[in-house]
Amino acid sequence: MPKRAMGTNTGRSIRRRRNQVIPGFGLSMGVTIFMLSLIVLIPLASVFVVLSGATPQEIWKAITDPQTVSTYKVSFACAGIASVVNVVFGILLAWIITRYKFPLRRVLDGLIELPFALPTAVAGISLTTLYSDKGWIGGFFAKFGVMISYTTIGITIAMIFIGIPFVVRSIQPVLEKLDPQYDEAASVLGASKARIFFKIIFPEITPAALTGFGLAFARAIGEYGSVVFIAGNIPWKTQITPLIIKSKLEQFNYTAATSIALVMIIFAFCVLFGINTLQARINRIAQG
Amino acid sequence: MKRNGVQLILILLGAAFVFVMLILPLITVMTYALRQGWETFAEAITDDYAVKALKLTGFSTVITLAVNTAFGVFASWAIAKFAFRGKQVLTTLIDIPFSISPIIAGLIFILVFGRIGWAYPLTESLGVKVVFAVPGIVLATIFVTFPFISRELIPLMQAQGNEEEEAAALMGAKGLKIYRRITLPHIKWALLYGVILCTARAMGEFGAVSVVSGHLRGKTNTLPLHVEILFNEYKLTAAFAVSSILVVTAIIIMILRNIVEYKLKKEEG
Repeated sequence: MPKRAMGTNTGRSIRRRRNQVIPGFGLSMGVTIFMLSLIVLIPLASVFVVLSGATPQEIWKAITDPQTVSTYKVSFACAGIASVVNVVFGILLAWIITRYKFPLRRVLDGLIELPFALPTAVAGISLTTLYSDKGWIGGFFAKFGVMISYTTIGITIAMIFIGIPFVVRSIQPVLEKLDPQYDEAASVLGASKARIFFKIIFPEITPAALTGFGLAFARAIGEYGSVVFIAGNIPWKTQITPLIIKSKLEQFNYTAATSIALVMIIFAFCVLFGINTLQARINRIAQG
Repeated sequence: MKRNGVQLILILLGAAFVFVMLILPLITVMTYALRQGWETFAEAITDDYAVKALKLTGFSTVITLAVNTAFGVFASWAIAKFAFRGKQVLTTLIDIPFSISPIIAGLIFILVFGRIGWAYPLTESLGVKVVFAVPGIVLATIFVTFPFISRELIPLMQAQGNEEEEAAALMGAKGLKIYRRITLPHIKWALLYGVILCTARAMGEFGAVSVVSGHLRGKTNTLPLHVEILFNEYKLTAAFAVSSILVVTAIIIMILRNIVEYKLKKEEG
């Protein structure tokens, strides 16, 4: 769209005439709006329908209930730490995949997608077993008195698992476009490796890294399947926000469940908006 | 480029991360699935409930693919081939399911079709049960994967432009013929790519489905939900045996995905 919008009248009238040449606008638009409304918009609107039947006090009480607030803290803190870890390792992985040649590089690249392809419940039970005090990794740490499964550490690990592809796949295309000639030139001029990275490469990938951070963070906050098993769901300690929505629902407390859901939806939209703004900036840079 | 110390350390660090975070969980599934031998493994995956869960997962995945492919085809045609007001808003609305927690995806269908839902009297009078029944599971799965296919098609079709379709239309070709002869050959790999992503997510969906399913064994249990029940009953071997079916499918999907991605890149470049 922006490429074509030349702003001149002739361009616009040509485009309008062109549009009438290709058939099927009415049909395809009709089907699109119909299906979108039926599957996404109308069901989503019921959040507001249900909440319109509740008083503002009820809603406020539900979203500021101390136990619910404790779940926000767990979800936010774990998602924050997990996303920071993912940015560090995401940059590292994107870097070695795009810049270095080593055996099994293609396999490593493909494996990054695993968290997208593996059903979350499978990831959940597998991580829980692996990090429990009898598991291969958890057993090792248990010797030092560090428990991983059923603690916030476990939740963070599950969130790292689910978030890593978002960061790697955000940064990879930027690194692929970045001409190695720049760092070669800097290297010839005598800059050290660390200096090259922080002065030349890091500023270029920052917007992409932030996008990856945002996507991974949003996913970690909303994630259920891979987190719920390892969390253990101990109230006040390892309960995550999606879980409290589910338990309110199981207690038939629809107002509370829907109110907390609304908080999460608003938060997700804020993150999405931030990412879209960043993405627009990245696209401007990429197009020069 | 000659390999130096820093390079080697970075590669080893990245490989260690991938091994611990991604490969070890896979090995865990396979080891636990087989730790009591093949017989127990075979028993777990041929168990009546497991087979029924597999069938339900297959059924809901197929319906989801059909619905989302239809949506993807129509939506990408409308959005990529025509200029209209509010296009940005429309694409944002289509992306909503991406940004919503699966639990909320399940919740909204309870709010529509559950006992307190506004559509409850209607479905009741028709004698259809949606929540805690198969239609709810299918709906929740469709919701969660709704944008997967359109999202792959739209950018590609926008990049390819309209010239060929216009020429065909001016020469008198009808809509369906244009689509089949001109558009489809250009987007077939992207379409397949979207279908693959959608399959992976649809068969593995857990959160949304667990909210609307009601966990009725043999009736509304999908494969991931069956895994949950077995795990919570401390039937570890059985849980991992059933998981291994999903792991093998996930690996096949990843390989297919890589092949299609390669074809796609070749076609674009």
